[in-house]
Amino acid sequence: MASSLLVREPGLLTSVQDLGRPGVGPLGVSPGGAADPVSLRLGNWLVGNPAGAAGLEMTLTGGTFEFPDTTVVVLAGADFNASVEGATIEPWRPIQLRAGQSLRVGRSRAAARCYLCVRGGIEVPLVMGSASTDLPSKLGGFEGRALRVGDVLGIGEASGGTVRGKKLDPEALDRLFERNVLRVTRGPQAGWFSGESMRALSETAFRVGEQSDRQGLRLEGARLAQGSKSRMISEGVSLGAIQVTPDGTPIILFVDQQTTGGYVKLANVISADLHRVGQLRPRDEIRFEPVSIARAVDRYKEQEHFLGELMPE
Amino acid sequence: MPIGSSQLRMEMASDRSLLVYFGEQIELHTHEHVRKFVRLLEREPIAGVRNVQPAYCSVLLDFDPLKLAHRDVERAVRDRVERLDKVALPAPRKVEIPTCYDGEFAPDLVQVARLRGMAPEGVAELHASALYIVYFLGFVPGFAYMGGLPPELETPRLATPRRAVAAGSVGIADNQTGVYPVATPGGWRIIGRTPLAMFRADRENMSYLEIGDHVRFVPIPPDRFAELARGAR
Repeated sequence: MASSLLVREPGLLTSVQDLGRPGVGPLGVSPGGAADPVSLRLGNWLVGNPAGAAGLEMTLTGGTFEFPDTTVVVLAGADFNASVEGATIEPWRPIQLRAGQSLRVGRSRAAARCYLCVRGGIEVPLVMGSASTDLPSKLGGFEGRALRVGDVLGIGEASGGTVRGKKLDPEALDRLFERNVLRVTRGPQAGWFSGESMRALSETAFRVGEQSDRQGLRLEGARLAQGSKSRMISEGVSLGAIQVTPDGTPIILFVDQQTTGGYVKLANVISADLHRVGQLRPRDEIRFEPVSIARAVDRYKEQEHFLGELMPE
Repeated sequence: MPIGSSQLRMEMASDRSLLVYFGEQIELHTHEHVRKFVRLLEREPIAGVRNVQPAYCSVLLDFDPLKLAHRDVERAVRDRVERLDKVALPAPRKVEIPTCYDGEFAPDLVQVARLRGMAPEGVAELHASALYIVYFLGFVPGFAYMGGLPPELETPRLATPRRAVAAGSVGIADNQTGVYPVATPGGWRIIGRTPLAMFRADRENMSYLEIGDHVRFVPIPPDRFAELARGAR
């Protein structure tokens, strides 16, 4: 451990996250990882870390963190009204904190999640190859839980990537994080629903429910009736699946989802839009736009290409 | 029984995942195909597939859409399914789960007994008399979905799931039984508890149970539970 960070205030729900732990499905372990991996990757790039270095994921309200040593940090994702000794800290701008300074991260202005990326990355013991905190299973991260007052987290050695001269175009960022419309493909049980339900999904505005978290986002708006009454047998669920409960409530299954489930899935958020789901707040209004699998894959490839251009090196 | 091409069904679950179905019902031979397929994938992974999630009749493959298209994955699946017959499965492990069916450890035992017109002791005895098979691990780390519940014990889930089920709780739901590895919300009816740690990330075999295991529940009294719980820590 090269240096450390002291949690003075943890914020509403702050946890260590990286890009997750895929590959352990046969053990019932969810891949998990950052709810908005695009912000985490961009933040890591800005401070010269590898894309998958661990950072702190803050939710709606951030915390206060003290750095005993000189440290380079950046806030990535939503603007959480951050400051150092009263001076405003903008997201996406790396700053150097002097030894003993504290970064205060406040309340979100618009979206749900803000990442604190530290040059060198947050250091915690890897569990199944990942630093991510799996909150429902109490695995990984810092003692398998959200951060608390007084926690001291290690910061790793910087890997040699540069910080100087790195900037992100604000317009490009706006495009990446537009989140009023989520594009969806058909889910594995789409055929079990009536045409009306599919139409309702694409023509209704939904509100993100209050009981939404990293496991899933409950949607309020139309109830989506299942046409056929076939019996569903539990099966693996993909990230971003829109499952419908027996009372017709759609739920977007998210990063800390259960690995298998017995509810029918009407649709699935496309890969290019999953990070936007991570920025949705309770009461946000969203619409769904059905697209073909081919189009969804194209959008993802374009977006990854675009991210590659944003983060040269 | 070899798998016929009519039984194999594949569905695009998302723009980066494919569901492979080996049957449409919870049956032992379907389970065997799932197990063989997962075993073959361990030996011959499909490059670009990031996660494999077996279930009762299906396996979900999650892949990198920058490297693979659905048709590539489908082709790789068919190639492996054709050779499933040649996959030898190891003899199932025989695993025992010491379980206390008493008092506070079994909050739903009395109600299950009432629903099925039995004495509570009869429910415990019958549950501990059967041989169960682990169909897959899912839901949360180390949660084993087990089939083989005696039909006399089949009971639907609770109408309202509990907000917190204690770690080690032994539950039943419909024709399945399972053990909750961590404290979690849950809707299965709890008829006992084991002191064993069902999942630990810091040991070699993280999950106490694995797919294909043959499992028996062995009744223990509360004092033995306390003794074993001390040892498990």
